[in-house]
Amino acid sequence: MSIKHLTAAELVAAAGLCLFLACTLLAPWLAPYPPDQVVGFSWAAPSQSAWLGTDNLGRDLLSRLIWGTRISLVVTLAAALIAFALGVLLGFIAGLRGGWIDQLICRCSDVVMSIPTLIWALIVLSLLPKTLPMIILVLGLIEANRVMRVARSLAMDISTQGFVEVARLRGERLRWILWREIFPNALTVLLAEFAMRFIFIMLFLSALSFLGLGIQPPTPDWGGLARENKDGIIFGVWAALLPGLALACLAVCINVIVDGVLSRRSTPGARPRVPGLSAALPVSSAVDVQAADAEGVGEKNG
Amino acid sequence: MLKGWARKMAEPLLRIEALHIVAAENDARSVVDRVSFTLESGEVLGLIGESGAGKSTIGLAALGSCRPGMRVAGGVVSFRGSDLLRLDERGLRRLRGSKIAYVAQSASAAFNPALPIGEQVIEVAYRHGLLRRDQARAKALELFRELGLPQPETFYARYPHQVSGGQLQRAMIAMALCAGPELLIFDEPTTALDVTTQLGVLAAIAEVIRRYGVAAIYISHDLAVVAQLAQKIMVLRHGRCVEYGDAEQVIQAPRAAYTRELLAAQAPSAPLAALPALDPERPARLLEVEGVSLDYAKRSVLKQVSLGLEEGSTLGVIGESGSGKSTLGRVICGLLRPRQGRLRLGGETLPAGLDQRSREQLRAVQLIHQSPDSALNPRQKIGRQIERALCCFTTLNAPQRRARLRELMAQVELGVELLERYPAGLSGGQKQRVCIARALAAEPRLIVCDEPTSALDPLVAQGVLALLRRVQRESGVAYLFITHDLAVLRQIADRVAVIKDGDVVYQGALEGLLNDPPGGYIRDLLSAVPELRIGWLEERLERPAAGDNENVA
Repeated sequence: MSIKHLTAAELVAAAGLCLFLACTLLAPWLAPYPPDQVVGFSWAAPSQSAWLGTDNLGRDLLSRLIWGTRISLVVTLAAALIAFALGVLLGFIAGLRGGWIDQLICRCSDVVMSIPTLIWALIVLSLLPKTLPMIILVLGLIEANRVMRVARSLAMDISTQGFVEVARLRGERLRWILWREIFPNALTVLLAEFAMRFIFIMLFLSALSFLGLGIQPPTPDWGGLARENKDGIIFGVWAALLPGLALACLAVCINVIVDGVLSRRSTPGARPRVPGLSAALPVSSAVDVQAADAEGVGEKNG
Repeated sequence: MLKGWARKMAEPLLRIEALHIVAAENDARSVVDRVSFTLESGEVLGLIGESGAGKSTIGLAALGSCRPGMRVAGGVVSFRGSDLLRLDERGLRRLRGSKIAYVAQSASAAFNPALPIGEQVIEVAYRHGLLRRDQARAKALELFRELGLPQPETFYARYPHQVSGGQLQRAMIAMALCAGPELLIFDEPTTALDVTTQLGVLAAIAEVIRRYGVAAIYISHDLAVVAQLAQKIMVLRHGRCVEYGDAEQVIQAPRAAYTRELLAAQAPSAPLAALPALDPERPARLLEVEGVSLDYAKRSVLKQVSLGLEEGSTLGVIGESGSGKSTLGRVICGLLRPRQGRLRLGGETLPAGLDQRSREQLRAVQLIHQSPDSALNPRQKIGRQIERALCCFTTLNAPQRRARLRELMAQVELGVELLERYPAGLSGGQKQRVCIARALAAEPRLIVCDEPTSALDPLVAQGVLALLRRVQRESGVAYLFITHDLAVLRQIADRVAVIKDGDVVYQGALEGLLNDPPGGYIRDLLSAVPELRIGWLEERLERPAAGDNENVA
């Protein structure tokens, strides 16, 4: 697909995403200063030497934002990948096998879900060392639970389709049915879920850092930046709002891109999708995704 | 002024002139190509055609509506002199529901499951301010009574999931009639129903049309059904009008070759090709089902079912929806485990569960689904899906598999180029042929066919049936053919088993069933199939068969 086929919004979103990726990959070269070098007074106004001003300790805000992007994105991406790998695998097995395996997985997930995720993370991270791998693991495991629910309902819907029955009649192994028959047909919903889940994990990570349980200072990340500069708001310094703005931009970029991918990903070989006729998506799974989203949003607001 | 009035009187109720509807995408395909007809009060026009012929699109156009993705390119849809295509949304809303009403194919999808049926039936009359609430309620109860719904008062307060499909379809007709419309559009209102239920609904439709003198457009792919109701028939193909005339003329003296083809597909009283005579000495038993019982959530679905099937023959299993015939097919395939009973294949015990069956046993029994859409993985190429069956069941190497694929495609009369396509690029009939090829790839001894033709248009279904017969002649495979359609059974089955409520109520030769139907149920089933002649419905209603009360109730 060439650039010509992209809409204006998608072009802007793609450019934004490239910028975030560049910050992630090239932070040491893009950032004007090392993240923890003091370059002036605290909360200095933007100037020639520090484009966005300085933070509470007089470090360059732009440099810290760029380095923070790197940390936040890498941790979130790793956590999201863990969440999806584990969640999709468990969800598919539960949905396809049913019976006691399904019961076991679902009841365990119920236990995890019965405690609010933030409390979970607070308990686990206050007991365990707050290293990067640990944070990634905890975030990934907690979010895997939600992905599992979506994947399970998808697998249950798709496994009632004739072609899965035919595969079972051929005596196919579980692995083939999961990856060849169910996964390609679930991918559309999972991609949409990934875009949402990625942002929720990022918010969650930022919330943890803001509370001091996530990424530890002096390593910069978006939640930490907000926390360090929150007192400045009283003095009219908007440094604390910058990471929020970055996060909002990232959320919009990712979702515009994924929406674009989804709208082009009609069933192979079919005519271009007619607006108003929904794709061959099982109804219950779509509802499930919405339910999961609503739940996630409510929780984040609370 | 008098002149204007005179013109209005001369104007028919509905006049559609050179209606041209195109797909709004880049390729300007004509969905409906310059179709014209008029409809007077009290007249019924039947629209006949295969799926994709544009029947429903015309039906919607008569409401001044158009499916998303389509666009009216030209023509006139004039209702009582006003052009619906030029009315704005508000003007259309005034007409829809109150003057023109629509009865959809699937009543269960058209009702809101969260509201009582009665409330939904009176909604139009009440919202449009045509009747007061209590008047509308009284009207609805009256309609329920006329449509033969049991206990109208209780029915009014029921929710859609609490009543049967036939009752819901009647409730939808009541909904359409409640506001006293002048034009009704029936979009395949009986297609999703069993024949015996269909009979009751058809009778109800005929009765309300006669009593209220409304005009109607009746859309169907079933000529025999349309022949009972319509005075005029229009045959459509690819959006074009192939033939338009009085019902009698179209059915008895069709002018177009396509109409003759449709008629031939509909009325095959004798098998198209002579069935291969079974060997004089009884062939070996291939499949034996012994006392199989199965429950779904404590409801008994199969009760001690015993059946037998000979090598290379076809056993037709017929019954209404919910009778357990598909469940039986799935038990034989191993997808469902029976509570008790045994299966034997070629003298050997066939284990109940799939994981206990040997590769050889898996190979021997194949399944063809009702809906070819869901039976093919939409994200795998056709070739890969058939090849996978070859990988699983044969020891062929890659070049041999490719050669075999070509053979199989030739056997099901499909081009090799389809192997590289995804299922969405195929028509329904082609998909079903691919499913047959996939089943044949395993070189099975038995294929369980679960209504393989009921989702297909009549002509396409004929082709698939002919193919199945030819395959049987060539390869000697046996079929367990599940269907609800007697006409299909006549063409393919050597022996039949009739299932009602999980019981086998008849098992034996097809001729025996047709000539001397044992028991009231089978007689009802036989006599409820509409015959392709005008006046059949009246005759049928004049001499009610035993058990009709139950159906009408």
